[in-house]
Amino acid sequence: MRALPDFRTPRWAKLTALLTTGVLLTACGSGTDGSGTGDGRPHSGGSLTFAVGSDAGCVDPQQVGSNDTIYSVRQIVDSLTDQDPSTGKIVPWLAKSWDISADTTAFTFHLRPGVTFSDGSPLTAQVVKDNFDAVPKLGLLGTLAEGYLSGVESTTVIDPLTVKVTFQQPNAQFLQATSTHSLGIESSASVKKSPQQKCSDGVIGSGPFVLKQYVQNQSITLTRRSGYAWGSSRWSKQGEAYLDQVVFKVVPEAGVRAGSLRSGQVDAIGSVGRADEAALKGGQVALQRRANPGIVFGLGFNNARPILKDARVRRAILSAVDRKQIADTVFPTGTRAATSVLAHTTPDYTDLAPDLAFDAAKAKSLLEGAGWRVGGDGIRVKDGQKLSLTIDWVPNAATNQPALELIQQQLRSVGVQVTLKQLQLPQLSPIQQSGDYDAIWGNITRADPDILRSSFSTKLANFYRVPAGGLDTTLSAQAATSDPAERSRLVAQAQQSIVRDAYNVPVVELQTQLGVSTKVHGLAFDASSRIQLHDTWIG
Amino acid sequence: MRGYVLKRLAQAVGVLWAAYTVSFLVLDYLPGDPVTAMAGAGMDSGQVDPRQIAALRHEYGFDKPVLAQYAEYLGRAVRGDFGNAVTTGRPVSSTLADALPQTLQLTATALLFAVVLGGGLAVAATYTRRRRLRQLLLSLPPLGVSVPTFWVGLLLVEAFSFRLRWFPAFGNDGPRGLVLPALTLAVPTGAQLAQVLAKSLLTALDQAYVETARAKGAGRWRVHLRHALRNASLPALTVVGLLVGQLIAGSVVVETVFSRDGLGRVTAAAVTAQDIPVVQGVVAFGALVFVTTNLVVDLIYPLLDPRIVVASGRRAGVA
Repeated sequence: MRALPDFRTPRWAKLTALLTTGVLLTACGSGTDGSGTGDGRPHSGGSLTFAVGSDAGCVDPQQVGSNDTIYSVRQIVDSLTDQDPSTGKIVPWLAKSWDISADTTAFTFHLRPGVTFSDGSPLTAQVVKDNFDAVPKLGLLGTLAEGYLSGVESTTVIDPLTVKVTFQQPNAQFLQATSTHSLGIESSASVKKSPQQKCSDGVIGSGPFVLKQYVQNQSITLTRRSGYAWGSSRWSKQGEAYLDQVVFKVVPEAGVRAGSLRSGQVDAIGSVGRADEAALKGGQVALQRRANPGIVFGLGFNNARPILKDARVRRAILSAVDRKQIADTVFPTGTRAATSVLAHTTPDYTDLAPDLAFDAAKAKSLLEGAGWRVGGDGIRVKDGQKLSLTIDWVPNAATNQPALELIQQQLRSVGVQVTLKQLQLPQLSPIQQSGDYDAIWGNITRADPDILRSSFSTKLANFYRVPAGGLDTTLSAQAATSDPAERSRLVAQAQQSIVRDAYNVPVVELQTQLGVSTKVHGLAFDASSRIQLHDTWIG
Repeated sequence: MRGYVLKRLAQAVGVLWAAYTVSFLVLDYLPGDPVTAMAGAGMDSGQVDPRQIAALRHEYGFDKPVLAQYAEYLGRAVRGDFGNAVTTGRPVSSTLADALPQTLQLTATALLFAVVLGGGLAVAATYTRRRRLRQLLLSLPPLGVSVPTFWVGLLLVEAFSFRLRWFPAFGNDGPRGLVLPALTLAVPTGAQLAQVLAKSLLTALDQAYVETARAKGAGRWRVHLRHALRNASLPALTVVGLLVGQLIAGSVVVETVFSRDGLGRVTAAAVTAQDIPVVQGVVAFGALVFVTTNLVVDLIYPLLDPRIVVASGRRAGVA
């Protein structure tokens, strides 16, 4: 295998550059694009080609967790509810209405009549029960769906179109969970298959598209479901989707994805990084961006570590990070610096920008106050011990390393020594469980604020070793209220508590950026910053 | 002759075993295992129940002592059974069999390009009497060897796909999709071939038999191709044997850049996911191809050069 980037031959590099420039120059101007042929009004037909970077190796929406594959499998299934991306409100889809018990332990869904799966079988309360009974038995790939249903007591069929889900404890997040692809409803025939079978063969859904072909590591082809008439209440088009066909191609190289979009070989691409933006500018391409809801990228502290037990040290680190500099230099254009532990697209997000302002002077005085004095090498010392911590990270995004190197410099300037330790993905989980770490860099996408409870409640896994206290009460209370205003107040309180006690250092929001040809219209983000293709058309 | 072949076969088995064992040890040394890799274990995948991980680990036998795992794997591998891929649950043999044709197509085309381009370059460089041209031609192979394959691939895609739009930038569809990846893979391979061939051609042209041929009145072209090239091709043939291994390795990069399905992609994915059975299968297959090619090359020598006599256990001659 040839080595990775090594441009140690400037003589030849120049010559090659010269030669290829010649080729490229002569090639310029040969590009024409078939855009602008329509009259600007939506119309049916056509095929959309979408290039993504990876293949999860599985085409079951209930098991897939990777965005690149969610984009396609989301289109195969419908969910009981949908979530409005602008308000976070839950709206009808397969369920035309629902009732939630006052203590949020029981959810009753009234299904829409006349819905069929693509194998012709009808949607009934029994099918929903079969799905929810099967989800907890999914393998390790189905952890998202399983998590949503954790603590489920039973799912009961009230009548053919009414189904009731009961939980052992209050579980307010479940309503939003029913809007996700992970709890998309599959036909009884699919539910009976083994998780592996569903992964490789795909599933039968009631969605606006049907899986036509899946070629591992190559492509996922969807075709329009004819007779579809039960779209989400927030979609603009009634009935069937516009597109005849959607082909998702797996193209791992970011540069090849960008070039393929520019040259019209594909109509849209996923995961556009900062480096590709310039290449896409000015062409027949629009960049679409949305921040992922959930917990922002940041440092998840191990709050039980001797150094980090002291809230003053944690707060000092929180103030020493210049979020804007990181967002502006490392991440794609438009990425926002964190203004809370939740991204601004998460329902019940609260703006805590003043608490997260960059203030090196404050950081220094907090550390002085905690007894950490600057030593000879500029690193602070207390009782002969250096103020030094290790940040563990995994290379699952190209932005991780440069962002962390900036944080390392920023913390160095207030006297905190940071060592970066790169792990492989499989190492992360055992380390979180064992607690043998100082801080971990990461984020979690979830369009419901209950993600705060899964991450910071001491009653659950408590990977971050948060001390038991008032935060627990707030987090449990928000999960137990069916009153939106009350929940919003409690979630705000939890965010304040996490940020002010600096259990976590929020840094930047994760932004999903797509490149879309200007001839493609109506390709919209859903509430989880993934895509919905029912309303998409080619002009 | 029979003794020689038997001995070479025994060596081949030894090489296969060593490749299999070393790759097992390396994979075992890596932290984590396929089960935790499968669980995503990322921060974006929600919480994973440790009991569930333990149960799966038990199911796949990753909780057994290393030696026991090794013995089990090796025992099955000897019978040609590499087990099932952890990530997909499919048999390793059919995973590899599905990917193999794509990679064979790619490497065979690349080898053809490499022989034609590399050989042509060497012949042209040694044939020309214009010193400048010869120097330029002879400096191309070092360039080809030293530039990274993925970079060559990206340049070719930029020029011939994104700008000129002659060939598709990705995918396995049709012969047109094969041109750019095969060319990319052929660059370092052809360059090495050209280096070796040009050197041995120059050596051969100084030999007495070339003088004799010239004295007998053979034309320059005839001397070059019939007399010198035939003798000079032996070292090149040895290199081809080695290059086959390099082509398979190179397919990991090329298949990723050009989004082609094949053994290279399977390998890259399996290594990332620490899918030990698949990686072991790939290693065993790669070693098998390598060993076979080199054995065949060795057995071809006597056919090309009658002076090489294969004695039992000892081989005399060039190369």
